[in-house]
Amino acid sequence: MMNTQIPILKMSVGAFLVRLALIVLVIVWTVPTFGLFISSFRDKDQLAVSGWWEALGTVQSNSQARTGAATDMIERDGQFVIAGNIFPEDSSESVVSFGGGFLPANDSLADRDTTGIKDYSSGDTIELADGSTFTLNKDGSYEWVSDVAIESERGERFFYVAEVPPSFSFQNYTNVFENDNIDQAFINTLTVTIPSTIIPIVIAAFAAYAFSWMEFRGRQVLFAFVVGLLVVPLQLALIPLLRLYGSTGLLNTYPGIWLAHTGFGLPLAIYLLRNYIGGLPREIIESAKIDGASHFSIFVQLILPLSMPALASFAIFQFLWVWNDFLVATVFLGTTPDNIVMTVSIKDMLGTRGDKWEVLTSAAFISMFVPLVVFISLQRYFVRGLLAGSVKGG
Amino acid sequence: MELDQVIRGALFIIVGVGALVAYFWGSNFILDRTITDRLGPDGDPIESREKTRESIRPWLFVGPALLILFVYLVFPAIQTFYLSFGDKQGNVNITVPVYPEVVNDFNVNTTTPLNVDRILVIRDAIVEDYPAMADIVAEDFAGLATNGDGIDYLFKVGGVELEQDFVLLRNYEWAFNPDNDQFWESVRNNLLWLLVPVMSTVFGLLIAILADNVRWGTIVKSFIFLPMAISFIGASVIWRFVYYYKGADIPQIGLLNAIIVALGGEPQPWITFQPWNNFLLMIILIWVQTGFAMVLMSAALRGVPEETKEAARIDGANEVRLFFNIIIPQIMSTILVVLTTITITVLKVFDIVQAMTNGQSGTQVMANLMFNEMFRGQDDGHSSVVSIILMLAVVPILVWNIRQFQKQEQGR
Repeated sequence: MMNTQIPILKMSVGAFLVRLALIVLVIVWTVPTFGLFISSFRDKDQLAVSGWWEALGTVQSNSQARTGAATDMIERDGQFVIAGNIFPEDSSESVVSFGGGFLPANDSLADRDTTGIKDYSSGDTIELADGSTFTLNKDGSYEWVSDVAIESERGERFFYVAEVPPSFSFQNYTNVFENDNIDQAFINTLTVTIPSTIIPIVIAAFAAYAFSWMEFRGRQVLFAFVVGLLVVPLQLALIPLLRLYGSTGLLNTYPGIWLAHTGFGLPLAIYLLRNYIGGLPREIIESAKIDGASHFSIFVQLILPLSMPALASFAIFQFLWVWNDFLVATVFLGTTPDNIVMTVSIKDMLGTRGDKWEVLTSAAFISMFVPLVVFISLQRYFVRGLLAGSVKGG
Repeated sequence: MELDQVIRGALFIIVGVGALVAYFWGSNFILDRTITDRLGPDGDPIESREKTRESIRPWLFVGPALLILFVYLVFPAIQTFYLSFGDKQGNVNITVPVYPEVVNDFNVNTTTPLNVDRILVIRDAIVEDYPAMADIVAEDFAGLATNGDGIDYLFKVGGVELEQDFVLLRNYEWAFNPDNDQFWESVRNNLLWLLVPVMSTVFGLLIAILADNVRWGTIVKSFIFLPMAISFIGASVIWRFVYYYKGADIPQIGLLNAIIVALGGEPQPWITFQPWNNFLLMIILIWVQTGFAMVLMSAALRGVPEETKEAARIDGANEVRLFFNIIIPQIMSTILVVLTTITITVLKVFDIVQAMTNGQSGTQVMANLMFNEMFRGQDDGHSSVVSIILMLAVVPILVWNIRQFQKQEQGR
């Protein structure tokens, strides 16, 4: 085409700044999650010593190893040899430097590490005080060769720096499933969430229809009351409900928490659905009435199918809210293995094992997976619900 | 066992939803069958009772909702108010006049607080055991008898008036006591946290405006919006990893400290680093809520008519003036909605504080204080007072909400 300019040069300074600002904002917003995500696939030892931003490159890590003991000694060409490999089989690590422990210090180095870990490079052969020699190769294989029998009951210790290439695996996820009952917590969460989403929808849909299209005394006042309840902090209800649950046996039961979530979700459900159902054209309802349809059949056959977008909006809201809830689950469902939900379980891990990032990162992502999928696939409905859910200004 | 649970869950959904449907269908069916039109001998209706039916039917529709709202929100709110005057167990106490004769029998002394039920039991027992004192007892307990809710605190014993300590406000005195550091700290922090609605709104508006100028704006918005799907607990894990401190002089694995070290600074244990730790916790909520603000702002901006903007441009307004003098006033109502909605979230902020610090290191907030008093302190009285204060903070927003709603209804 005629225009061969590089796009960025056509840009005004303002347009460039806008793009730059947006990119910076996106990076700031996503990097924390991305870091946790990368970390959840890292080896747990690497995770503990190096930042996740180094995970894509090779990492150096300090370790120690022990030679074989006298019992591993073999005779070869009239010499005594203890040989082996400090890395497990199929290891992708490689030795950079080594020293310290039973090895003599290399005083020729200017600023020597006190552990001696950088005294020698891989492949070096070191002569020990007793005349024996020790060689450590890049691949981790070593040889300790002596003219006389080596006397070492437990083997000798030394330190080394290894290069660890990036490695990612599902190991942390497997571990968290096996050791931390996350699978049970996942199922518990699902058990809490699905009924807690469906029940309020059914109840609220009927109420919303009545508030929109049926005449009864106190309709306006009652609905204004529901609008008021929208903002009542649920903290206000916790203690009395806890007492009520204690005396009725609903405490730490699934039906108990389903009903609790229903109660706390109802004001928004009624409000959202009433806004939508009330906005449907009057003619539809009027003409159905003239045809002799009852309110019940108008609602079931006409209104419900028409209200699907609003029902979906609320369903996503409630689903995310219940799935992500921590407070209600802690108070009404408790922490026994049969009951504990993922948020409560992860909170426990944070409290007791704040440093175990291999557990926390993978557990956190398991808990985020479902809401993220729901959210991304149904974002349109969620946004619609958000826009309808806030009381609009005059 | 897990399969068992899945089946149990599925069964309950079927039974629960089935019961709901059965209720709505059944109650309507019964209504139509019981209140029938009167029929004449030839089968034609002579009196329609449709009016009666249609006056009952709405209540069948709204009944379950109203019942649940009452049981789960209205009744508990009222009871919390009552409990806020009570003791740890929530009993509203008064001290009774104690007769020397009954001290031993009932194991009470003049300062033993008793609840109303117990007092009435004691009164009846006194009358039964000491018939001779019946008249005096009846007189002494007269105030109590007429004021059965037990909020009476003036008694006469043998003609001498005894004024009961005003224990009713004990929990409020506890809360507002200048020495109650935890309470004042949480009040201060809740006020500090009001930065969150402001910052979220500013960021949300900024991103909404900027993103409308580029083709890939929707992708940007999706990324900013994504944290809304993440639980506060999940967000806490994410950010705790960012703020993580590994100890001085060793490689940092937390991003924040790594950046600080790279810039030549000293790493800090941020979570306990007062007073900045409060702001670091706030960042988490800003991170979550900006997406919400952005979506509402975006919609509002789209609602500003193009002609208005054009007209202003023709009149020579530059973009900055256009923004502050034309656009901002147009979207003001949305800005207020966003601010109030996030403010309510902020007043109730709990999960983040509980997961990050549990209110330690100067980060206490009301909702967390309330939770700790309830679970660790086992003090329903203290806890209730804190939640009542939380409620009072929300009342202005509640009133504003209802006003807005009524205005909206009139315009319908």
